Amino acid sequence: MEKEHLYQYILGIADNNLILGQRLGELCGHGPNLETDIALTNIALDLLGQTRSFYQYAAQLSDDYNSEDDVAFLRKEREYRNVLLLEQPNRHFGFVIGRQFLFDVFNYLFIQQLQQSTDDTLRAVANKAMKEVSYHKRFSSDWVKRLGDGTDESHAKMQEAIDDLWRYTNELFELSEIDKELVKLGVAVDVSALKEAYYAEVSELLTEATLAIPQDQYFQKGGKQGIHTEHMGYLLADLQYMQRTYPNMNW
Amino acid sequence: MKKNWPLWEVFVRSKNGLEHRHFGSLHAADAEMALENARDVYTRRNEGVSIWVVESKYITASNPADNGEMFEPAKDKVYRHPTFYNLPDEVKHM
Repeated sequence: MEKEHLYQYILGIADNNLILGQRLGELCGHGPNLETDIALTNIALDLLGQTRSFYQYAAQLSDDYNSEDDVAFLRKEREYRNVLLLEQPNRHFGFVIGRQFLFDVFNYLFIQQLQQSTDDTLRAVANKAMKEVSYHKRFSSDWVKRLGDGTDESHAKMQEAIDDLWRYTNELFELSEIDKELVKLGVAVDVSALKEAYYAEVSELLTEATLAIPQDQYFQKGGKQGIHTEHMGYLLADLQYMQRTYPNMNW
Repeated sequence: MKKNWPLWEVFVRSKNGLEHRHFGSLHAADAEMALENARDVYTRRNEGVSIWVVESKYITASNPADNGEMFEPAKDKVYRHPTFYNLPDEVKHM
């Protein structure tokens, strides 16, 4: 196995956490109320904590970057491997919850499988992350039900978010050539095998939340190859501002 | 939205063997949300191993205006404390 391939694979996991963590971090102090504000920030911190472990591992494998911070902050847009779903903006609370839910159901299945990886470090991080990820899913699922089966307005907004974000779900199950090679070695998770369980679980919960399951068959992809939506540049400008303005600054 | 959410009182057991103690209050739409909110607001720094929540309206409180008749009569009854016994020397840990 080539070092570079493992490095790319780790970025695919780590960038998902970083970008979603950044989106949730934007809500710090802006949540709909104190309790939800703290809950969302807790999730952001869980994700950033996990992603630090992934980036530390990535930095060990990289020839270009020496530290977790360098890997996280100094890459260009095309070098980020996160899925498109997670860079979508916080248009309203329905979008925050919808994005979280559509990712959490996937992430739960994914981390569960990553616990079987033949790579010791990935397996250890996955073991530690499992309880956090399982709480995230519980939190976002509860909110989808609450908003979907709530008032007319909350139902309409939740449905709008699910309809809009649905097109980004299929990308979660794409495998690159590198992924396929690492799946054969038992290092990577075969995400394509999670697809059926994912859509079954999501559909069941949407039905329980009295929401319609989108029938849209047109799916967007590209994030895993570094081709991002127009929102990504703004997000990175925010995320990387300090390191770009004051290179090598330390906290 | 916030205005419609009822108030809940949160009780947290900080470790096994200790009793649940009142930690504070929060707003939530229902019991399940109150538990999750309590988890995030009051136990995110590892403060607890168990949480109780109860809607504040179910707590019956004494009226501060009645404090005179409720509590003052107990003030001058020191003999209700078991401090007038002579402890035998053999008794330890008292």
